[in-house]
Amino acid sequence: MNEFFAPPGFKEPFRDTNSEEFFVNMGPQHPSTHGALRLELRLDGETIIEVVPHFGYIHRGLEKQAESGTYLQYIHLSDRQDYLNAIQNNLGVCLALEKGMNVGIPERGEYIRVMMAELGRIASHLVFYGCFGGDLGGQTPLIYGFKEREMIHDIFDEQTGSRLTTNFFRPGGSRNDVTDTFIPRVKAFLEHLKPTMEDYETLLSKNLIVLERTKGVGVLTKEEALSFGCSGPVARASGVNYDVRKNDPYGIYDTFDFNVPVRYTGDNYDRYLVRIEEIHQSMKILEQCIARFPASGPWRSKEKPVRLAPGSYYAATETAKGLYATYIVAVSGDKPYRIHTRGPSFANLAALNTMVKGHKVSDIVSVMATLDPVIPEIDR
Amino acid sequence: MKIEEKISHREYIRRYFKRILQSVSFIKGLSVTVRYFFEPSRIVTEQYPENKKTLKMYPRFRGRLEMIEDEHGENKCTACAICERACPNGTINVLATKDIAGKKVLGRYLYRLDTCTQCGLCVEACPFGAIRMNQDFELARTSREGFEMILNRKEGRG
Amino acid sequence: MTPSITNPIGDFIRNLIPIPEVSYLINAILCICGICAVAFGSAIILVYMERKVCAHVQCRLGPMRLGFHGCIQTVADTLKLLFKEVYAPDGADKILFYMAPMVLLTAPFMCLAMIPFGPTLQVADISVAVPLIIAVNGFGILGILLGGWASNNKYSLLGSLRSGAQMISYEISFALILLFIVMLSGSASLRGITLSQTGTIADWWIIKAPVIGFIAFIMFLISSTAELNRAPFDIAEAEQELTGGYHTEYNGTAFAMFYLAEYINLVTTSSLATVCFLGGFLPPCIGIASVDSILNLVPGVIWFFGKVLVMIWIYMMLRWTYVRPRVDQLMSLEWKFLLPVNLLLLVLGALFISFGWIIK
Repeated sequence: MNEFFAPPGFKEPFRDTNSEEFFVNMGPQHPSTHGALRLELRLDGETIIEVVPHFGYIHRGLEKQAESGTYLQYIHLSDRQDYLNAIQNNLGVCLALEKGMNVGIPERGEYIRVMMAELGRIASHLVFYGCFGGDLGGQTPLIYGFKEREMIHDIFDEQTGSRLTTNFFRPGGSRNDVTDTFIPRVKAFLEHLKPTMEDYETLLSKNLIVLERTKGVGVLTKEEALSFGCSGPVARASGVNYDVRKNDPYGIYDTFDFNVPVRYTGDNYDRYLVRIEEIHQSMKILEQCIARFPASGPWRSKEKPVRLAPGSYYAATETAKGLYATYIVAVSGDKPYRIHTRGPSFANLAALNTMVKGHKVSDIVSVMATLDPVIPEIDR
Repeated sequence: MKIEEKISHREYIRRYFKRILQSVSFIKGLSVTVRYFFEPSRIVTEQYPENKKTLKMYPRFRGRLEMIEDEHGENKCTACAICERACPNGTINVLATKDIAGKKVLGRYLYRLDTCTQCGLCVEACPFGAIRMNQDFELARTSREGFEMILNRKEGRG
Repeated sequence: MTPSITNPIGDFIRNLIPIPEVSYLINAILCICGICAVAFGSAIILVYMERKVCAHVQCRLGPMRLGFHGCIQTVADTLKLLFKEVYAPDGADKILFYMAPMVLLTAPFMCLAMIPFGPTLQVADISVAVPLIIAVNGFGILGILLGGWASNNKYSLLGSLRSGAQMISYEISFALILLFIVMLSGSASLRGITLSQTGTIADWWIIKAPVIGFIAFIMFLISSTAELNRAPFDIAEAEQELTGGYHTEYNGTAFAMFYLAEYINLVTTSSLATVCFLGGFLPPCIGIASVDSILNLVPGVIWFFGKVLVMIWIYMMLRWTYVRPRVDQLMSLEWKFLLPVNLLLLVLGALFISFGWIIK
């Protein structure tokens, strides 16, 4: 039989009848695909020729649901997109709403926003650390990453009422004021995290096995990263020096002194190093916030009914995964006509095929770990 | 496709010995875990059913909805149904009746625990402060009937 | 029929029963019971110890509910496994399927019979014990290959072939290190190797042969971890990508036997390491007469099992600290690094002996 039947989605041309190509499914239930993601692999022995991801297993119709609810009700739906740092998703939606409502934010509210967002970024990168170690085969870094997150969970639990789905920010500020224990808790957390991050870096960063498995694997060049639209640590590890907090700043980010780590090789190890360095930079921002936190003041501008003037509004934020943007089209009334969220993991996952071509099957797992996609953000 | 790069013999030998020197990292990694093994003060586990007496949630924790009732069992609900409109899922159903004077008061406040996402929008929306989210986190039930709850014990006063 | 090492219990039986064959038989049965007690008792303790060591490294508690701090957790797990249904998958070769765990279990038991637990506690003192141990390890490999083949599952076969290839490769450095010790101590029987380390703590082979003893110990740790299919070399059972490993299709008692074999192998390998490098049943004397007399009072069995416990702890810490290398990196570690270094160690060992650089 000379025909070659490939499942839909595979684009590589058929090579010859003597090759031993076959198709394997890494199904939606898999311990290392970071969610319900189905990967179809086209293999030649142990080497990968092509990968086609299929997602949509967690599609819940959040954007359609937004059309039948009010703007405030979409904020709690946005929690469930990138659930590892839900608070930054809330921030993204609120920024777009504020552009539409034309409200300002008082100073204490701005500081609360920056502090909560940076805590969310550290939490998400700690999960990355855990899953990086866990996917490579070490159970211990997995537990360590999630253990450190517990202190951030406690802070979120005390301030917002919930550990994960925070639903905290509102247009004009935040829902409640932070309690008096907020600043002492964040200080204690930072003091705890500094020596612990040194330990964790000793465990993984210079380890010979980790270096062997991640250096040179999954290379993404700068042109490829730009053509796919990658953002966040994935793009910054390939040399694209773009961070929304520096290039299009929102809030009061332009008043802080922090660096944006950029590396130029674009392999797994660089993506890992970029994220670890981002944890340190977030800690630096948090220290500056604590020093300048206003002792009193309003945390929310005067509450108005959320009605947007007809038009379209767009706001972009830098979440831990990349460029998260919200686009709102308002026609009339208090329900949106359309809300679209641009999740960064969608574009990052599109680069998976170019990154794993020619590598072995074991490398898919480590490349997925450093890409760090969150599938509910892709599926929405 | 990744092409196996050809490296010179000198480069191969250089990498060989560099890897031997880099294996010092194993000792450093082991020192971290050995140190954590001998420090029981780092243990973060809470033994859950055994520590129930001392377990307290934070005051703002969003458990499930409950109606605030004072010592006589009176609530502050006026059956305005703003919470019903604020809920994104249709979890709340405010069934109003008319009292003796013909005024609209609260009859039954129907709340479905299985569709509640614990977002707290209803509490924010209530203008009278009649409802709040309590600290109850053991919300599992063994049958579906346990999920439909009537939250008020007396009829409202309007 | 009198053995070379006599034991108080053996002497008692021989004096009690005048017929030599019957007393030999009874002694043999007692030896079997002793080995089984050591094997199964230590397996039960080791399963619990693994979970507790894992938990404390990860800053959590581990099993706490059953018994005091969870000490009868293993009993509960074993009972659960024994009550499960054992069935062979459709199309599997039934004889080989049920035979594979039994073949796998013969290797550690035979090795345990040759290990000197104490000055007079050894089942068989064979003068060619080291080559026999290396030969018997082949049963371990055979058991895994049979288990994967007889499962009638493509992915089990792939996993078992991979781990079989890994074990065969690392067996070479395992054997070369043991031969290095045989060369240093001048005798291939385990009792002879232990007795060649009599004296103070500086007479243990890890210290007595300066630098190369320690390097040999590290090489032994690496190659024996790969022999045992333990992390960080556990591609067989922790293969998350495609295959499930050679014990996918097993459940119930057969799976319990695979699990048991892993832990008894761990005891055997730790005992070998203790005998070869850490002085076996000899106490760690310092040289000061008063301290040494107290140390000599403690029976050799206690010292032996103490050292085995330390070795097992080291193996467990290695498991929970490191990540897994890729399959081709594992193979290149053995063939391109461990094998040349082992050959170099052999040459250096011969040099050290002939020039007399051993610490006396």
